[in-house]
Formats: sequence, C-alpha cells, structure tokens
Amino acid sequence: MQFEYSIEAGNFTKAGDASSSFKKILKQLNVDPQIIKRIVVSLYEGEVNIVAHANGGKVICEVDPSRVYIQLIDKGPGIPDIPKAMQAGYSTASAKVREMGFGAGMGLQNIKNNADELIINSEVGVGTKLEIIVNLPHS
Amino acid sequence: MQVKDIISILDLKIFGGNQGLEREISGGYTSDLLSDVMGHADSGKVWITLQTHKNVIAIASLKELAAVILIKGLEPDADMLAQAEEEGIAVLGSNEQAFEVTGKLFNLLTR
Repeated sequence: MQFEYSIEAGNFTKAGDASSSFKKILKQLNVDPQIIKRIVVSLYEGEVNIVAHANGGKVICEVDPSRVYIQLIDKGPGIPDIPKAMQAGYSTASAKVREMGFGAGMGLQNIKNNADELIINSEVGVGTKLEIIVNLPHS
Repeated sequence: MQVKDIISILDLKIFGGNQGLEREISGGYTSDLLSDVMGHADSGKVWITLQTHKNVIAIASLKELAAVILIKGLEPDADMLAQAEEEGIAVLGSNEQAFEVTGKLFNLLTR
C-alpha cells in the first residue's frame, strides 16, 4: 500500500497534516501503537523540515507486512554538510522558525532515535531525500 | 486523575477543547521546544508551554497528550483554538509562570 502527500513550503498551519493522515491509516491497519508512535515522530520531523527549509516537496509512505518505508523528497536547497546537520543542536532555521519553538537542531536526531534506518541523500541546489524505515514485527 | 480535576486546584482558565476534559493525566512535560516535546513527551502528559500557535495542537494530537496549559496569561492563537476544538484537546491557561505551574502539577500528581 502506498500513500502520497504533498508538502507546502513555509506553510506551518499545515505542518503535521501528512503525519496525522498517515497515523490514522496505521491505526486502521492495527499497527502496534508503540511502533505507530515511532513512525509518527519520524514522519512529523521530516515533514516540518520540508516546510521550514525546502521549496516544498512530497512524502511517499509505503506499508507492507514487514516494514513501513517513508520517502521525504524535497526541492532544494539541499544540505551541504550532512554529518554537521546530524549533530544535535545544529540548525540553520530562521529566527521566525525558532521563535515558534522549531529549529532547535533536534529533528534529525528524533528521526534517528525512532527509525530503524535513516538514509539521507542531498544535493545542494537540487534537493534532499530522506528514507526512513521502521520494521514491523511478525505477528 | 482527569484534566477536569486539575482546573480549579491549579486555578486554570479553559480556553476551549472541552471534549478533552475527561482525558486521563499520566504526568506533565514542560518545554517550549517543539521537537523536544515530539521526541520525549509520552502520551497522557499535560504540556506546559508559552507557545500559542496551531502546531502545538498538531503535536499534542500526534503524541496523544492529555492537555495543554499556556503560562503567564498567554492566550491561544485563533487557529490553535480551532484546531483544539477539532482534535478535542483542552487548552488551559494560567497566570503563573512555568516553574510555578509545573511545581503545582507535580505535587498534585505525586502526592
């Protein structure tokens, strides 16, 4: 099963909408609530990153019996130094975004802590692709 | 303890999201950094914060928090309140600071 959501650049009033929709689907699919929590944290952080930093993008969520595979694909500006971006507390967020309580340099850490796998590919001036995998236990 | 049980004891104002007043409280979490709450607050916690925008409710809903308490007499933005009504999450207010509200809630929940 595949679900796709588009993410608007800069529109914080819609930040979290994709996470909310996908959470409802996971509940309907009877995914373990503890695993849903981890997926939701990872997806929300990725979603907010696209709103805050990119010129829009999309999220593709795939569910199969063994795992949830999420791709967050955005249009620019790209991450010049991925290891630096992964450091806790490092952020390039604007003052406005920080005032809202975002941009504390915790987002990618939250994804790393909650996902079984996080793969980041980025090209400056082109865009960033995050791949998040959360395994589903055999039931 | 339910959300409605802390209203009078902590002298809180109810801004909206009254459908959420019967949610069970498992504890509290005090933070103004959204990713901190996203990463570390467990379901059933009461979130004490000075943030008054709509994203607070998005996070409270995704994390299944019990309620939100705004401190220092702050009021929720209109779209925050509308979202709280939709999600059924109570938005409460205190005239006190985070330290006092957190301390009182802590004492209430651990006594």
